[in-house]
Amino acid sequence: MNESVKTSPNMGRGQISINDVVKIYDPEGAAVMAVDHCSLEIAAGEICMIVGPSGCGKTTLLNAIAGFHSINSGSITMDGQLLCGPGKPQATPGSDRIVVFQNGALFPWKNVLDNLMFGPVMAGKMGLKEIKEKAFSMMADAGLSGTENNFPGELSSGVRRRVEIVRALMNDPSVLLLDEPYRALDSLTKSVMHEALLDIYYKNKVTIFFITHDLQEALFLGNKVAIMTSRPCKPKKVLTVDIPYPRSYSVVTDQRFRDLMEETSELVHEEAKKSFAAGEREG
Amino acid sequence: MTNSNESNPAVKQRRLSFEIREGSLLAKILSPRLFLMLVGFIIFLGFWHLSVEVWRLPRFAQMPALRTVVAEILSPNPTYGISIFVGEYYQHILASCLRVFIAFALATILGVPMGLFLGWSTKFREYVFPVFEMLRPIPILAWVPLAIIMFTSLEAPVIFLAFLASFFVTALNTMLGVESIDESYFRAAKCLGAKDYQVFLNVVIPGATPFIFTGLQISIGVCWFSLVAAEMVSGQFGLGYIINTSYTNVRYPTIIIGMVTLGFFGYLTSAMVRAVGKRLMQWRMRELALSGN
Repeated sequence: MNESVKTSPNMGRGQISINDVVKIYDPEGAAVMAVDHCSLEIAAGEICMIVGPSGCGKTTLLNAIAGFHSINSGSITMDGQLLCGPGKPQATPGSDRIVVFQNGALFPWKNVLDNLMFGPVMAGKMGLKEIKEKAFSMMADAGLSGTENNFPGELSSGVRRRVEIVRALMNDPSVLLLDEPYRALDSLTKSVMHEALLDIYYKNKVTIFFITHDLQEALFLGNKVAIMTSRPCKPKKVLTVDIPYPRSYSVVTDQRFRDLMEETSELVHEEAKKSFAAGEREG
Repeated sequence: MTNSNESNPAVKQRRLSFEIREGSLLAKILSPRLFLMLVGFIIFLGFWHLSVEVWRLPRFAQMPALRTVVAEILSPNPTYGISIFVGEYYQHILASCLRVFIAFALATILGVPMGLFLGWSTKFREYVFPVFEMLRPIPILAWVPLAIIMFTSLEAPVIFLAFLASFFVTALNTMLGVESIDESYFRAAKCLGAKDYQVFLNVVIPGATPFIFTGLQISIGVCWFSLVAAEMVSGQFGLGYIINTSYTNVRYPTIIIGMVTLGFFGYLTSAMVRAVGKRLMQWRMRELALSGN
């Protein structure tokens, strides 16, 4: 394997500060507070898992970082640079923060190779040949060799997810924003995907902001786990998972992991119940 | 293992059937679809023959018989002037095809970009769409007087009418195509650093393509439809003209010849549009093939 083509680990990049962020949706005059004075620190090169029930406002936070939505007050900075905040309500989307979408957003009309090359081609900083080499080397790293001419519609959903993550990494982002990427996968595929993601993480050391409603997923992958309250969304408890990397899937049966599960599952369950009750009232 | 297979007649049989390549002409001829299609045609033509010549149904009293039409179309010396051996027949076909080609090409060249912008730019849509939606429902025959007033030549009004009908269909379907594109593709493109024009080229156009081609299939049909209507009203050549003049001159078999020819070329052009669409949308075809459609 050619070591020089590999992406250099971007240690020290991708530190995110979320300070006192408020987001209010105002669709029909009835102001709905989605995010309420939310503050969170994410260190560079960390996997930060955001756990909360569906529809609690986690995605709103992700959209604010990515630049798809504005915020009403507070600020978000990355590596000391203001993404959005006073005077700039909406961040500019860019290839330093790449989103992997819930339902997948590989372009179905482009084959795997063209999907992977898309970001660097848009940036126009590298020659086509160079981009192609990088794509092939990253495909090999992620176990995707041989899929380059397939269209996304021809791949299994697990493989599609991997391609999408590699497409993001092709741009050397500072942070990956993952919005429940494995939601639609069955639990067996999921566990394979988790190990694959960690493998990619060890090689690239990119900051990962990962939204999920699956506590076990959060504790297995995360370095930091933020359990969010339901609508409005803000951290209820932030904990550090002190299980060292590399982790294999067997840690889920370890005593330490089970203790952490026990410690947190009640918190998550409470929020889920609140969210469910709120949903019933609204409906 | 391989040796025992060699002697197994079932395996041999399978080998044989594999030699008829999928999609080859032979495979198409041997497929049950062609057989069923033939049965459909035979029933249709049989009904025609029986109702005119055998049962002599009252509604069909004036109808030319199947045998008369076939004899007419194959006759080197046709009673009513039009058969496959007469140059004039091809002149009419050529005139109609040329008009459809020009009208359809113009409608596509203008309609697709129009639809893309309607779907993509909110501003543009706010200006244009209300006018567009008001003009679209006006039946194409209502445009005939204006078309004749606007264009002095004989050819231009006919092409204009065919173009207009086609244009609205193409533009509307293209717009719906852009609207059908999932928001996350736009977001993904932005994330990956695409500028607006790059989003247009890489997301808007390919994302709308399936709808564009559905639109073009309808559009080519509408194009023929309005062309014939226009040819019946004005014009000196064309299949619509044949049908209309044959009616006034009581050349009934020629009407049928004109209609059959229209059916044939309508089908052919539609198939051509479909083939181009398939070529351009390999990704879509493979996706559909996998989902079992």
